Amino acid sequence: MSPSPNDQAMRLPLPTDGPLEAPAEWQELRRKCPVATVELPSGDKAAYLTRYDDIKALLSDPRFVRPTAADGAARIAPEGAGGPVANGDASLAIADRGEAHLRWRRHIGKYLTAKRVTALRPGMTAIAESLVDNLVDQGQPGDLKATVGFPLPVYVICDLLGAPAEDRDRFSHWSDAFLNISRYTTEEARESYTEFAEYMSALIAAKRAEPGDDLIGNLIKDSTEDGEGLSDDLLLNTGMGLLVAGHETTANMIGKMVSMLLADRTRWERLLADPSLVRTAVDEVLRFDANFGFGVRRYLGEDVEVGGELLPGGTTVVCSLSAANRDEQVFADPGEMDLTRAPNPHMTFGAGPHACLGQSLARTELQVVLETLLRRLPTLRLAVPVEELQRVEGLLVGGLRTVPVRW
Amino acid sequence: MKVSVDEAKCCGAGQCVLLAPEVFDQRDDDGIVVLLAPEPAPDQHSNVREAAAVCPASAITLHEAP
Repeated sequence: MSPSPNDQAMRLPLPTDGPLEAPAEWQELRRKCPVATVELPSGDKAAYLTRYDDIKALLSDPRFVRPTAADGAARIAPEGAGGPVANGDASLAIADRGEAHLRWRRHIGKYLTAKRVTALRPGMTAIAESLVDNLVDQGQPGDLKATVGFPLPVYVICDLLGAPAEDRDRFSHWSDAFLNISRYTTEEARESYTEFAEYMSALIAAKRAEPGDDLIGNLIKDSTEDGEGLSDDLLLNTGMGLLVAGHETTANMIGKMVSMLLADRTRWERLLADPSLVRTAVDEVLRFDANFGFGVRRYLGEDVEVGGELLPGGTTVVCSLSAANRDEQVFADPGEMDLTRAPNPHMTFGAGPHACLGQSLARTELQVVLETLLRRLPTLRLAVPVEELQRVEGLLVGGLRTVPVRW
Repeated sequence: MKVSVDEAKCCGAGQCVLLAPEVFDQRDDDGIVVLLAPEPAPDQHSNVREAAAVCPASAITLHEAP
């Protein structure tokens, strides 16, 4: 691994000057130390990449995948923190590499295509409208994160899975318990997993008896026709995977998106004047988010050269997607938020064969929330000074504890 | 402008379809890219360039006339 200044490994997460600011170290690292040594909260060490080209090349290399417990790779969180998701628990029966992974990915991918997601737009808009109603009914100031950001993605996933609307809030709770490493103990996370597994088993049995036109129902129908037959375990873990990948990430992003756009209210006013900028604005806030978590991990099963440096097999690499998103070699004025930026090849959804499968879904959810808020609450503003917003470190993605707003 | 796509690289993100639906589609059975217009009309060129630039799998190649 590369030598770091004074042999002192930097600790992740890196400190920042404000809740929405990028760490000052990123620019320095990209210039002088593109392969740095860092210490994760677990105490384990990893190689930390910050340049766009290095990260894109590594993530595009099909030889390297996310580490699992069996690799003996660096762990994010200390032993005992987090639930079954935290350290790549083997109970997640979805193959994470090779042909089996590709097959699973394509089974799910067909339900997350641009066209299918576009067809979900009216349903998402109805959900966003009703959540904004709740925000207004609860009075000012309201917490946009708790009232809109947190429920919306889980409601969309419930619709996608074919879970009845009255069970949405149970899904919210389970998902939070799987992922919120600071609020729940390992025991609570495991209990939630058991409840979720029981619920999903009953749902899967019902869908096997009478498959509806939803993701689980269609997976059952397709796999029966293929003669492959997806097991109940795989269906359960598909549901789990959608919550893990699609809830905390999007929920936090909704809160951060609104905060970034209101932090300098000329941004909000620009969107009010020209709502056609919503598409590029959403991708620009995705690029600009400096609190996206530690980054994507890769375990090196063999030696590989990164940025002119040889990284030995056995190394765990952490790719800082947010640092790459501010690489001046790729983005003009990377420190400026440009709501019209296009093309915007940010790497917030990763790159290569494991790039986020739900990115059309996530983009569409963010666009729908933003359009709905601009239309319904044009006078929206932060109810506290930006610097009083508090960051939280999630397992997969960082966020803000609350997003207090007035309108 | 001529466009080619690499199905083996495609990760099914669907960005190309959102940006240039007249040029790109996704297969119904697995979400992998389908090229509808290998030589897109000039009014599509800017969307196609954007789609190629943001493709997370770098699966779209453009051959622009010199």
